[in-house]
Amino acid sequence: MAKNSIKIKAKNKGGKTEVKALVKHVMETGLRKDKKTGEKIPAHFIKEVKCEHNGNLVFTANWGVAVSKNPYLSFKFTGGNAGDEIKVSWVDNKGDSDSRSTKIK
Amino acid sequence: MVSMKRRSFLKGTLATGALSVAVGTGLLKPSEVLAAWPESAFAEKSLDGAVSALGGGAPSDSGDIKIKAPDIAENGAVVPITVSTSISGVEKISVLVEQNPQPLAASFDLTSACDGFISTRIKMGKTSDIIAVVQAGGKSFSTRKTVKVTIGGCGG
Repeated sequence: MAKNSIKIKAKNKGGKTEVKALVKHVMETGLRKDKKTGEKIPAHFIKEVKCEHNGNLVFTANWGVAVSKNPYLSFKFTGGNAGDEIKVSWVDNKGDSDSRSTKIK
Repeated sequence: MVSMKRRSFLKGTLATGALSVAVGTGLLKPSEVLAAWPESAFAEKSLDGAVSALGGGAPSDSGDIKIKAPDIAENGAVVPITVSTSISGVEKISVLVEQNPQPLAASFDLTSACDGFISTRIKMGKTSDIIAVVQAGGKSFSTRKTVKVTIGGCGG
């Protein structure tokens, strides 16, 4: 289980909450070759990111290998007050996962 | 004897209770999560195939979708992209890169509370069109933008 891999910022502005998340992950495509051994590096990437507001799912991202290393994600939703909980969680193709919660500012 | 059975029965229910709580709070979701991942759409090697695997029929061109991405990306490994749309009731926004080995880069499921807005960073193998497909109310819309890449991001 990955730890502390997520950074989240959630801000409420004029009734809308903007969530920004940064995840630390290699996002390996499976197409790259190891320069020393010449063998392909197996794919290792985040498949799904879920975002919950006070326990309700608001946003799901399905990712393929073409999302950049240490991926960044941002979205907006209506509602959400200062102090509400925002939880972001991810699962990768090897079954590894992490989640983190923060409060809306 | 009777009381013993009652004990184990209680234990059993408690255990199941804890399990369903874990599933409910998202602690035990991986298998379910991976099932929802659109495997076929991501595996598609052609743009048209990937778009049709996403569902929603053939997208029609729309001026209501805006792709914000650099005209020239110096580093194809990190291309910032923002898709925003004024179409209401957006259910899904997908980002595809025509010239990538697997065109579908990311697909976002939006609930009704969400704005038609996503921002992320993607990899591009070479200069290509980026296509944003927006699905709303059972219909599909798309728009595209060319991004020039000077250094590829797919192991080149």
